[in-house]
Amino acid sequence: MSTTTVPEPHVLAVDDSIVDRAVISRLLRSSKYRVTTVDSGKRALEILSLDRNVHMIITDYCMPEMTGFDLLKRVKESAELKEIPVVLMSSENSPTRIRRCLEEGAEDFLIKPVRPSDVSRLCSRVMK
Amino acid sequence: MAAAALTNQLNALVNNMFAMGLLDDQFQQLQMLQDSTAPDFVSEVVTLFCDDGERIICELARQLEKPNVDFDRVDSYVHQLKGSSASVGAQKVKNTCIQFREFCQQRSRDGCLKTLDLVRTEFYDLRSKFQAMLQIMNRKAESTEKKKNCDAEAEGAS
Repeated sequence: MSTTTVPEPHVLAVDDSIVDRAVISRLLRSSKYRVTTVDSGKRALEILSLDRNVHMIITDYCMPEMTGFDLLKRVKESAELKEIPVVLMSSENSPTRIRRCLEEGAEDFLIKPVRPSDVSRLCSRVMK
Repeated sequence: MAAAALTNQLNALVNNMFAMGLLDDQFQQLQMLQDSTAPDFVSEVVTLFCDDGERIICELARQLEKPNVDFDRVDSYVHQLKGSSASVGAQKVKNTCIQFREFCQQRSRDGCLKTLDLVRTEFYDLRSKFQAMLQIMNRKAESTEKKKNCDAEAEGAS
């Protein structure tokens, strides 16, 4: 009898901070996700154009040139990408910013530093 | 030195860093993320933080030397350092960055320079302790590897 291995869900993590990329990557991998990390929204869009097998995008809000909010908008405006859940992260707990992102279609908004419990919550909700 | 003694030394150092307010519970979160699938996670993140922090502090000094300081740019760098400090649990550095950002908002060059001195001192203090921690972790890994090899040899011989 053959068994089919279910592939790990693939998360694209976007953060201009090398430290934060290492931490979020480890958090997601410890929850059994396959993770690709990039350092900019521009690079994220390049990856998304090449690999449609992305199950979730998790992005920092404050990034130079293209913010996480800009990336969110680009994803939600794209017919090919709009179904991919996008989660924003920020060290600033700004209700205005959070509301703006959720209204634009973000699945969730996490306050940094992100905890394992935040990732577990995402897994059970977003990745169904 | 035996692995057990090195573990005690490591624990004493880290506990002291917590007691002195250098670290907060985020560092414990990082320790909990380290396991057999990522045995070097803490040392990797700490090394990244130390290198990145050094880069940012040098850049802050350079920016504040300019005749016309771009406070938004300075604030952006401080924001980066604050973020990475928070991510590794570097509590003191993170809190000083919060003060630093206030001086950026006030466009106070003097305030920024004084706080840069403070953040530099705190960062280098933390970095030296992190480096001591990494040395102990390396020695512990070597000791464990040595013991594993000795045990394997003994098993082969018997």
